[in-house]
Formats: sequence, structure tokens, C-alpha cells
Amino acid sequence: MAVITPQRRIGWLSANFVVIALALIPVLWLVSLSLKTPTAILDPSFIPSQWTWGNYSGILTSSQFLRPLLNSIGIGLISTIIAVGLASMAAYAIARLQFPGKGVLIGMALLIAMFPLIALVTPLFTIERALGLFNTWPGLIIPYIAFGLPLGIYILSAFFREIPWELEKAAKVDGATPFQAFIRVIAPLAAPGMVTTAILVFLACWNDFILAISFTSTIASRTAPAAMEYFSGGSVFTVPTGPISAAAVVITIPIIIFVLFFQRRIVAGLTSGAVKG
Amino acid sequence: MSTTTPAVTTTPTPAHAAKKGKPELSEGARAERRLGFMLIAPAVIVMLAVAAYPIVYAVYLSLQRYNLAAPQNKAFIGFANYAAVLSSQYWWQALWVTLIITVFSVAITLVLGMLLAMVLHRTLFGRGTVRTTSLIPYGIVTVAAAYSWQYAWTPSQGYLSAAFNNSAPLTNQVQAIIVIIIAEIWKTTPFMGLLLLAGLSLIPEDLQNAARVDGATGWQRFVKITLPLMKPAILVALLFRTLDSFRIFDTIFILTAGNNGTGSVSILGYDNLFNALNLGIGSTISILIFICVAIIAVIYILGFGTAAPGSDIGKR
Repeated sequence: MAVITPQRRIGWLSANFVVIALALIPVLWLVSLSLKTPTAILDPSFIPSQWTWGNYSGILTSSQFLRPLLNSIGIGLISTIIAVGLASMAAYAIARLQFPGKGVLIGMALLIAMFPLIALVTPLFTIERALGLFNTWPGLIIPYIAFGLPLGIYILSAFFREIPWELEKAAKVDGATPFQAFIRVIAPLAAPGMVTTAILVFLACWNDFILAISFTSTIASRTAPAAMEYFSGGSVFTVPTGPISAAAVVITIPIIIFVLFFQRRIVAGLTSGAVKG
Repeated sequence: MSTTTPAVTTTPTPAHAAKKGKPELSEGARAERRLGFMLIAPAVIVMLAVAAYPIVYAVYLSLQRYNLAAPQNKAFIGFANYAAVLSSQYWWQALWVTLIITVFSVAITLVLGMLLAMVLHRTLFGRGTVRTTSLIPYGIVTVAAAYSWQYAWTPSQGYLSAAFNNSAPLTNQVQAIIVIIIAEIWKTTPFMGLLLLAGLSLIPEDLQNAARVDGATGWQRFVKITLPLMKPAILVALLFRTLDSFRIFDTIFILTAGNNGTGSVSILGYDNLFNALNLGIGSTISILIFICVAIIAVIYILGFGTAAPGSDIGKR
């Protein structure tokens, strides 16, 4: 390490400051807009000239936002739990068991992870309408599981390779079946990796827009990001800037909480496998 | 579960013999193999049902004349849809817009991501704060971020529009594409930075110090040591970002809805399905996008060689 001179220290500190400012300005702009009165929105200054909580009380008492918010939470949680469960099983098999076709499975997962979603929207739209899944929770949950799985399998098989497997061997010597060894010994050790995976899969579901606008038609199953498109202003000529900004801030809050609490895990999950691989 | 339990309980010693690479399949190895298939089956079934089957179905649809506005006219028409799309200026314009957005955003994100990685790597104070903050653009819902950019560039309301002489860039093709690229860069630089940081932290500090003692300048150390050692990390990050950027949809949908010649191929596919209700043409566009993505992936994987992601997992 080179000697840290005061100039050098100031240089790095200002670099930090630039990074933080660039990352936060667009978010703070949304917060500012969400607190502006309709008159103040017409003023481009960053600090609202007139403050109001009206945008928040408006959306938080409207079923046009509350119902989609509930959909987002419910659909996201169910998809995440199922995807992480199935991905853990598959990742365990990949990391630990000898069986043919592993390469095919990895290839398939990678292919799906790189899939252009729009390429699936047309056929899935037709299939979902035929099966009666269009505009239902399962109509979004099933595709979300499918697209969460590659991410989950990828991250979890990287995590599972780091686990001390002698413990599993010991459990087997003590008479445990491979299934028992998985549930009793390995699963608790794998829990941190599973939490990481769950966060990333949930963020992906929470973030999705293209499937949500394609496979829903009413607030019965529309998720929050898709619902913002359908907000209405005071009159047909008014763009509902304030309510949309408030909704954007509300759906951003869980992300910021996740990032604050699970920063290390998120980074570990994002970079696992990618670099070692 | 019940059918396999008796077989699985006989596992212990033969399984280890099989793991050491004996070709014959012992009872235990067969049980292990069966458990392996059982564990991957649910994941495989879901992925096949939601991704593989629809793609096959899309190939079938793309060979049909099939418009939801006139479903009785459905008929097999061979490759006529492909001829129609490939001779349409809308497809080529959307492809160009997508490629321009992809190339510029990925290239600039790579440079900025590298700078971010170096800041995160070298920072001794407040590293956690910087890392946490820089994760926010990655985590924020793309649609929410897109609204922020849209309102920032709305004349007489947005701070950026005000700063640029009350301009309205979203109504102009070139300027709108630049705004889209900026939004894309802001959103994805943290991801790139974190992937590169992980690669950067694997470089031994001794190597840098040795070069420093030998009188190498900062730039020389970067080009001769850092870059070559980070090549695998850079390639993986580039592959992920390129494929992700090529399917750009949310940001454009909110910012311009594809107006004024700013639509990507994904926007074109969406419009064909939901505005023109043309399943045949929509599926054709889907298949063409799929082929483009496959070509990009093949180009990168040829560049990777054995360093392709997952190749080491596959060998286990």
C-alpha cells in the first residue's frame, strides 16, 4: 500500500462523495416530487416550495394502489419461497451428487437466465388465456418461479460448494440417509446462502414490469410497478406526477431496507460464481 | 418419496466407491443417481413448462397467419411472417436502436463500473456507506427510476430540463436515446462495479507493490497487471450486461413508449402483441430476438473459452 498523503485521502473522499451523490440524486428527486403540491410540481427546483403529504394519503387510501401493492407482496413472497425451495434441491444435487445430465441442466438454467423475456410473452400470453391463468396470481407466480430458478440454482450451487461436506459424510456414517443428511446437517449450514438467494429472487419479482403488464388486466392481479401506469390525475389533462412519485417512493422503501440490512449478502450473492466461474 | 426410500438407505460404502470414478454402477450409486434426478425434477419441469415449451410454441405460431382481431383467418403460411418482419423498416430501426443502446450503455458502464470498483477497493473510510448507497440504483424498481428520469426531463417541471435551457429531449429521437442510455447506465453501473470489485480483490497486492518498486506508473500497473488478471471477471460482467441490455423494455416503455423512433425490439414485440393483436408477427419477432440473443451469447462464449460461467460446475 502506498503512503496515504492528505491529498490522496481528500481525493478518495471526494470520489466517495461523487458516487453517493450520483446514486442518490434521482431517488431524492422522486422524494421531492412526491412531497410537492400540484402547484409546486410546476417549479423545477429540487426543494419543494410548498409541501404536502397529500400524494401519500391519496395513494395509500386508494384501492388502485393498495391492492396492487398487496399483489406485489403476495406474488413476490410465494414465488420466492417456491423458487428457493426448488432451487435448493437442484443446487444440492448439482453440488453433491453424481448423476448424468448435470451439464445440460446448467446450460438450460443459463439459457433461461439470458432469455429475452419478450420472446416468451407472446406464447405465454396465448397459453395463459387458454388455461384461464391470465390475470390471476398463479399466472404471474409460475413464470416468476421459472425465472427465479436459474438465478437460485446458480447462486446456491456456488454456496453449496463452500460447505464442509465432511459433516455430511459423518452424518451418513452415523446412519443418516442422504435425504436426512440434507435436511438435518446441510440445510442449516446452507441457510445464509438461501437468504441471499431469496432476497435476489424477491427483488427480481418486485422489479418485474414486462410480465406484470402483459399477463394482467385489472387490479385483481396487477402488481405495483404495472399499476402506476394506470393512475389518474385530477382531470384527464393532468399527469398524476405527484401520486406516481409517491408510489415510486413507497415501492422503493423495501429495497432500501433490504440494501441497508443485507448489503453484504446481496453483494456476495451477486458476485458468487460470476468470478470464481 | 416412498418408492425410493428403501434403496437410499443402502447407500453408505458403495457410494464412495462410485465417487472415486469406478465405471460400474453399484446399488448406492444408482440410488444417488435416482435422488439426484428427483431433486432436480421439479426445477426442470417448471423451467421446461414456462420457457422451453413456449419457445417451441412460438416457433409454431410464427409460421401461422394469426391475428386475434380476425381469428377465423388463422392459417399456415410458412415463412411469410419472417419475410414480412425482415423486410419491414420498423424491425431494422428497432434493432439498430437496441444495438446502439446496448453498445453505448455497456461500454460506458464498463468504464464507470471499473472506476466505481477502484473507488470501493481503495476506500478505507466509509466503504460500507459507499457500497450500500451504490446498491440503491441496482435495487430500485426500474419503472420507478424511469419515472424519475422522465419527470427530470419534463420541460418547466424537471431539474435537468431546467438546467439544460428548458429542453424537451424525450420528444427528439437522438436526444431521447441519449436519455435512455443515461438511465440505463445509472441503473446498471453498481452491478458492473460490484462484479469487477470481486475480480479486483482477487489480485494479489504483492504484485502491484512489486511493479511499483520497479517504477511502473499507475496507468502501467492498470494496463499490465490489473486488466489482464481481471479478464475473466470483465468478460462475465460484459456478457451479463450485454444480454440484459439487449432486452431493454421498462425504461423505454416509461420514458418514450417507443415514440419518435426510440423503440427497442422488445417494445416492437410488445406493440405487435397488445396493440396490433397479431400473434403470428409477434411470435416471429420473439423468435428473431431469441436468435439475436443466441448469436451474442455464442460470440461471448467463443471469447470465454473454458472460462464460461458454470463450466466448472458442469465438470463436477
